[in-house]
Amino acid sequence: MKYTKDHEWLRVERGLVVVGITEHAATQLGDVVFVELPEIETVIATGDEVVVIESVKAASDILAPVDGEIVAVNEALVDNPGLVNEDPTGAAWFFKVKVDDLSVLEEFMDEDEYNELVG
Amino acid sequence: MAEDLLRLGLHALHVARGGKMVPFAGYEMPVQYAAGVMKEHLHTRAAAGLFDVSHMGQVILRPKTGYEATALAFEAMMPVDVLAVAPGRQRYGLFTNDTGGILDDLMFANRGDHLFVVVNAACKSADIAHMTERLSDVCDVIPVTDRGLLALQGPQAEAALARLVPGVAAMRFMDVAILPWQGAELWISRSGYTGEDGFEISVHNDQAEALALALLDQPEVMPIGLGARDSLRLEAGLCLYGHDIDTTTSPVEAGLTWAIQKARRTGGARAGGFPGAERILQELATGTERLRVGLRPDGRAPMREDTALFAGDATPIGRITSGGFGPSVGAPIAMGYVATAFAAAGTRLDGEVRGKRLPVTVSEIPFQTTTYKR
Repeated sequence: MKYTKDHEWLRVERGLVVVGITEHAATQLGDVVFVELPEIETVIATGDEVVVIESVKAASDILAPVDGEIVAVNEALVDNPGLVNEDPTGAAWFFKVKVDDLSVLEEFMDEDEYNELVG
Repeated sequence: MAEDLLRLGLHALHVARGGKMVPFAGYEMPVQYAAGVMKEHLHTRAAAGLFDVSHMGQVILRPKTGYEATALAFEAMMPVDVLAVAPGRQRYGLFTNDTGGILDDLMFANRGDHLFVVVNAACKSADIAHMTERLSDVCDVIPVTDRGLLALQGPQAEAALARLVPGVAAMRFMDVAILPWQGAELWISRSGYTGEDGFEISVHNDQAEALALALLDQPEVMPIGLGARDSLRLEAGLCLYGHDIDTTTSPVEAGLTWAIQKARRTGGARAGGFPGAERILQELATGTERLRVGLRPDGRAPMREDTALFAGDATPIGRITSGGFGPSVGAPIAMGYVATAFAAAGTRLDGEVRGKRLPVTVSEIPFQTTTYKR
């Protein structure tokens, strides 16, 4: 698993990059009550706002960590946004991206580096 | 955290209980504890929640020339019947300005030979100055600075508090009483701001922590932060000063006409004679151009404060003043002001969220049935 400084995790599954938010991020957000997912086939560039998450406290975005095309989204989050708090690194993945070259993942933090960031 | 923030007397207790401290109204306040806003909210509706509201202003109005003169002078500051409040009873009030806007909302109690007033934290210095200016001829305006204020709210609040202070069981909604606890004098009212039955307890700073710990030891009681306090009061349809009401909103626009008793209305025994009477009495007779309403977004996306509301045209017909997710309702809820033509429950509107217009329906408030013990 790789991590961004925006508290997203990325892992590779069947050649696709799966994106979610870390447990630290889920705790900071508080109870998630609404998730708005992108359309499948959306072409994204790094830094695009691709997901809106609303918690009991406030709205926040997930920014695209890589360039690519959205090929799957986790519809379960729409009906059950609380999954983000229950299982942020497992069942609560947000979307899957097809990228040109998986080596882009090398620039992101590994688990030790991320844990150091969040203390 | 900024150095000029004040600390509550129970600061250490909040931190020890996992409270996440944030700036609010000049204080460091717990926005939530480890359980989180959702669980804290639901616990308060199911059992009992303890809130530290010591940031609020407590003020005694001690008459110089008899209770009635003070009550009448206090009455001249707001469109509320103060004189009719019996000893041992509390009432909701609002200070108005000369243009009929709201300077603050508050609770006041007749404590026999004097009045006890509780005002919002953000307004308290202005309120005290305002009362001192208006009332000093008839009474001493005495800020109570050596007492904290705790709120215990929820259907099991009575059971939990009565174990410590048996006298509270006999109190009804909006009763006030001074009751003993471990040699201390507790100033208790049966009221709160969650829509639930419950109590607000003024306690001397020396005993505040002991009382808070004794309450938290009761099996029904969990500490509750500002986050859940906000969602609880929103579900109960209660206004938050500075958001749903302010100096630009009149009590009639805000739907607070229930707080304006007959005696102060046109034809009443002491009609008018409060700041902004001309506008407020006129609005009571002929209505207002806008009204505060409840709003239920059709989808799951919360519509938050400042969301513009539309009725098909490019020009907004209103604006949301408080909005979020209602944990007990299980859906997003909001309050706001709309042009009176669109204020009927069931009216379909759109709220603009992140550039998209999403459907929202005008709804009755409260969203959640209140359970006051009348």
